Amino acid sequence: MRYLPLTSDDRTAMLAAIGAGSIDDLFADVPEAARLSGPIPGLPLHASEMAVERHMAALARQNMAAGDGPFFLGCGAYRHHVPASVDHLIQRGEFLTAYTPYQPEIAQGTLQMMFEFQSQVARLLGCDVANASMYDGSTACWEAIAMARRVTRRGKAILSSGLHPHYVSVAKTMARFTGDVLETAAPALGPDPDFAALLDAIDDDTSCVVVQYPDILGRVGDLSELAAAAHAKKALLVAVVTEPVALGLLKAPGEMGADIVVGEGQSLGVGLQFGGPYAGLFACSEKLVRQMPGRLCGETVDAEGRRGFVLTLSTREQHIRREKATSNICTSSVLCALAMSIHMTLLGEKGLRDLAAINHAAAVDAAARLAKVPGIELVTDRFFNEFTIRLPQEARPVVRALAGRGILAGVSLGRLYPDEPGLANGLVVAVTETTPAADVDALAEALQEVLA
Amino acid sequence: MTINQSGWRPARPLEGDAEPATFTGNRALMLEEPLIFEIGSGATTGVDFDAPALPAGGLGGLLRTAPIGLPGLSEPETVRHYTRLSRQNYAIDLGLFPLGSCTMKHNPRLNERVARMPGFADLHPLTPVDACQGALAVIDQLAHWLVTLTGMHSVAMSPKAGAHGELCGILAIRAALDARGEGARKTILVPESAHGTNPATAAFAGYAVEDIPATPDGRVDTAALIARLGPDVAAVMITNPNTCGLFERDMKTISDAVHAAGAFVYCDGANFNAIVGRVRPGDLGVDAMHINLHKTFSTPHGGGGPGSGPVVFSAALSPYAPLPFVEKTADGFRLVEEETAGEHHAGSFGRMTAFHGQMGMFTRALTYILSHGADGLRQVAEDAVLNANYVLRSLQDVLDAPFAAAGPCMHEAIFSDAGLAEGVSTIDVAKALIDEGFHPMTMYFPLVVHGAMLIEPTETESKAGLDQFIGALRSVAERAKAGDPGLKTAPHHAPRRRLDETLAARRPVLVWKEPVAAAAAAE
Repeated sequence: MRYLPLTSDDRTAMLAAIGAGSIDDLFADVPEAARLSGPIPGLPLHASEMAVERHMAALARQNMAAGDGPFFLGCGAYRHHVPASVDHLIQRGEFLTAYTPYQPEIAQGTLQMMFEFQSQVARLLGCDVANASMYDGSTACWEAIAMARRVTRRGKAILSSGLHPHYVSVAKTMARFTGDVLETAAPALGPDPDFAALLDAIDDDTSCVVVQYPDILGRVGDLSELAAAAHAKKALLVAVVTEPVALGLLKAPGEMGADIVVGEGQSLGVGLQFGGPYAGLFACSEKLVRQMPGRLCGETVDAEGRRGFVLTLSTREQHIRREKATSNICTSSVLCALAMSIHMTLLGEKGLRDLAAINHAAAVDAAARLAKVPGIELVTDRFFNEFTIRLPQEARPVVRALAGRGILAGVSLGRLYPDEPGLANGLVVAVTETTPAADVDALAEALQEVLA
Repeated sequence: MTINQSGWRPARPLEGDAEPATFTGNRALMLEEPLIFEIGSGATTGVDFDAPALPAGGLGGLLRTAPIGLPGLSEPETVRHYTRLSRQNYAIDLGLFPLGSCTMKHNPRLNERVARMPGFADLHPLTPVDACQGALAVIDQLAHWLVTLTGMHSVAMSPKAGAHGELCGILAIRAALDARGEGARKTILVPESAHGTNPATAAFAGYAVEDIPATPDGRVDTAALIARLGPDVAAVMITNPNTCGLFERDMKTISDAVHAAGAFVYCDGANFNAIVGRVRPGDLGVDAMHINLHKTFSTPHGGGGPGSGPVVFSAALSPYAPLPFVEKTADGFRLVEEETAGEHHAGSFGRMTAFHGQMGMFTRALTYILSHGADGLRQVAEDAVLNANYVLRSLQDVLDAPFAAAGPCMHEAIFSDAGLAEGVSTIDVAKALIDEGFHPMTMYFPLVVHGAMLIEPTETESKAGLDQFIGALRSVAERAKAGDPGLKTAPHHAPRRRLDETLAARRPVLVWKEPVAAAAAAE
């Protein structure tokens, strides 16, 4: 077995050194009835690298990858070009195969990267501080709601109807067990975010208002008024960003008064990966830092006075506080955070702004092109790189039909909101720098044929 | 928060430290590296774009006009920055990484190649189901292996890491109790030796946590546990093999008693590597157990994640498992999500994460499992246990091994600080191991052993490698028993000397800020 260095001579010598007669003696504490006498029947035996690669490659080929044809899927996961050096660098064994930096003297590489990541994310989201990552955007969103409860000592969160429905589902699942009250609604298929309804809903029991920016239909709006209204009732504004590239063009939620900004880092450096692993982003104002979940890296000095970095404020965390911790999170997404951090470093402010502008311009052009298809109506008028169109029929079968033609046309709202017939004709279309204009034409022509 | 002082400051040599300072602060291959904020600029970029169009008018007041403050580097500078940083890390690729309860084993590179196949890496999570049958097949095949290896009934694949898996298991237990009208069960029993995530998870799910004591032989006090069972107890969380590296011999007895009392058994599967292929937790009466794919099944830990924590369930808990999951039908695989769950999975407690879990870890774990096969996985457990016992028996004459007399250990060997000289403690032993070129063992955990040193070599270490590690630790232990003062200032040869963690926590500097002088000059 190629991954096991011990030879049978080694095993014999080691058993002799230990004073054990056989390997079975080492499992003597396992009750007789629970010991398996040999390999579990019905499972295959070991296989060569070539055979395993062949097996997995055959499975990979049964999937329609984003690069296989015209591609317009978004809704919480976005296709962007990731520079080749990102993947090279995260495969450095010293990053890839390191553990959580519990011994900082020999983990400065990971720790400094975490510090840089925290600094980049805080600036990108417009906040004072950020942590070293959560599992993903959806779990970060729930953690923000739980944190708002700890900060305000109130248990009612108002969730915007524009919040990703999976994020809403996660929050509902958790709230069922924690006793938090969530106010939720399905979105209306219209041009404006639901801020007016949110403003009406804020009251003295509200812990936080949770608003996605851009929202699930791609819409954007100014969060300042929401922030002011929340603060007037001593509630927090939680903003959720599932497409961080947008913040190269649009004001950051923190700049508009959001107290906690969470997000999904996937679109910078991480890749699609069928939904995970991704990188949850979590940032907030400085005064809330001791209520934050997750790992934090901080600057300090070593015994010779040299700058160095350590995990810090760990009295918030489970390995110290056990049942009194702010969260049970332990392992997070550091390697994905590294990928995102490297991509942001390659881009820099200029690159990020250019990338965002290109995304937006491509999406505006694509929206105009699709709106010319007979029967299609553009729903969203203010958006970043993702917009919603209304088809003259249910979108879900159309998406399936176009997939059969090699085009991944977008995410049908029927898939995300199966119980909302009013949304069934909605199709969310994402356009990035990876989308050639010819692919938009191909989509428009295919839609025209299918809808005819 | 204080303004951070950036840049290199000259070393303040410790007493008796005669090494001459260098101009750069570098020491040959040990290279100092500034922060990207100190070497990059907002105008520099390592990515070329066509000139972007001016933003369309519709966004009005939402345009980001203020500087973001993100530094950029060209590609060569970027590659050098991160390569230099990487060299300040210890890693399993460099040597033995014996962190107990962490299972730092070799990460096969075939796994990386497979995960990067475009059909997996470049696949959107909302791809229509007919167009991602291969991905669903991966999930289904891995699920089959996990269920079979554990002898359980079903598996929830979506939890993102071990602690998320614990939460998944505890929520399923609570859903099952609620369904039985037994919501009054409000207590979860957790042994003292448990990982911190166990009580944190139980508390998060709304339970009171009560400690169960350990016996002097390092196991759960079965009598105390059984005596505590009653109508208020929802579940028991047990780690098996436990964090002292010992198999809980009474597991089945405990499970039977817990079930008889109407409660459930959660097993923390962090240490599954010791028994994979040799013992099925399902045969021991376990109701739910998470499996850390980043431990037993070799997916890389990446400096702190991503992990992946699928949870296997007994038949009693399976109806409450979370969404989504993959189902095999005559027409191929389908995805059971909120929409279709009502038909035959109405008891599900809901969704734990967006999308489908850590697919990138599933491809790696399945690749690893297929490489080993049923025979190879069994050999994994045997070699892991053999290596740990070899370490235990090779060092028990020089370090206190509190449970060694009672019999063999499983996948990890535990020592205490008894016998070290006055003033020398476990952390000094750990830091001295750094100078010897090894990552230290887990320190001060579990809490039931004083000054615990928990060593898990894993099966991917050779005998020669173990012998070298044993020699190094023996040497350090002898110095520790003799009271060698050099241990207190170790490490001496790492990129950094001991770091001031108290300062970091007292005056937290969590993000980079412009140094005061530079900021003033810019105004």
